[in-house]
Amino acid sequence: MATLREIRRRISGVKSIQKITKAMKMVAAARLRRAQEGILSARPYAREMKRLIAHLVAELDPLLHPLLQTRDVKNVLLVVVTADRGLCGAFNTNVIKTAANHIRQQNPELQTVRVVTIGRKGSDYFGKRDYQIHSRHVGIFQTLDFGKARGIMADLMSGYLKGEFDRVEVIYNEFKNVLQQRIVIEQLLPIPPEELKVEDTRKARSHVDYIYEPSIKEIIDALLPKHLNFQIWRILLESNAAALGAQMSAMDNATENAKELITDLTLSYNKARQASITKELLEIVAGAEALKEAG
Amino acid sequence: MTGKEFDLEIVTPKRVVFNAQVNSFSAPGVMGGFQVLHSHAPLLSNLTIGEVKVIDAEGKEIHYATSGGFVEVRNNKVVMLADTAERSDEIDVERAKASVTRARERISARQDGVDIERARVSLLRALNRLKVSGSQ
Repeated sequence: MATLREIRRRISGVKSIQKITKAMKMVAAARLRRAQEGILSARPYAREMKRLIAHLVAELDPLLHPLLQTRDVKNVLLVVVTADRGLCGAFNTNVIKTAANHIRQQNPELQTVRVVTIGRKGSDYFGKRDYQIHSRHVGIFQTLDFGKARGIMADLMSGYLKGEFDRVEVIYNEFKNVLQQRIVIEQLLPIPPEELKVEDTRKARSHVDYIYEPSIKEIIDALLPKHLNFQIWRILLESNAAALGAQMSAMDNATENAKELITDLTLSYNKARQASITKELLEIVAGAEALKEAG
Repeated sequence: MTGKEFDLEIVTPKRVVFNAQVNSFSAPGVMGGFQVLHSHAPLLSNLTIGEVKVIDAEGKEIHYATSGGFVEVRNNKVVMLADTAERSDEIDVERAKASVTRARERISARQDGVDIERARVSLLRALNRLKVSGSQ
């Protein structure tokens, strides 16, 4: 049986861990609220962008555009979005595992699939193994900035147009709600045609004769890359919110576990204390009895 | 109030920057700057780096620095989809100055063709921000 002093030390240790996990949970909650606001305030842009694309697609067949043409797939680029930090449950492990399986399914020799990692955890995992790394982006979640999304996408687009790879996919955690993340694999390039279709055909049909400056083709040429930039931006926001949600619930669990542990330890501390008191009492009584008999 | 106002919405991927009734809207189109007033014909235009000028319902001028995007005009509703739109009094002058210096250094170093192009664009963006903030 552990001594009283040992138990006391463990209790205070667990208590200070609990304080840390509690604080981390609160920090994650605050940052999660900001991340959710970020997702919400990106919606108007998404809405207008979608409307504009839907209109242009109705006017001119965009399948002629190189960013939309499917080619014979020789090389694939996979963008893996993880978090920069751990302590968020199975968040990073899940996405890394799914990505690794996905790569091995397509190409067991790892030769024709190259990897772009966003987030330190994925970068560490894939960097240490025999994967073909195209580029790594570490530390971008600290201050999420649209310019960074644009930079990543510019790199992907130029590689795609040069023919370095024939398909670009992205794998990330979608933010369903605070407690749930869903791993999603999406194709970024070529742009899947269904992404450009309108759900609301009534809106698309309302035909307006626009003046196009400079021309409808050049507007589409400028619009599609911006659409892609926005896709990456959305994915970064989603993954960031999902990571914070995962961290929040992981830290909540840890705090609960610490609480349970403290209850258990306190119980055994009290038991041990009671046992030693009983033992002392017995000794005193036995001693007194012995004296009485001797006297 | 003149009865000649129309709706203007400026949105960026980060947030809705402006959403209200205005009297006039001027933007840097790729074919040259243009102004939109009440009853403008339907228009779709690419934007380039430059200054956006808005005259709001009270006749007050508001200036934004933008780094490009699109404008759609239809039925007295103008939607501007911008990569960035910073109001003149929100521009970080020190940061813009720093990126001017950085871009100039990169251009004068002349190492790679691609980098030069990127540096040139970022120089233009930074100079535009300085111009709009009125501190150049």
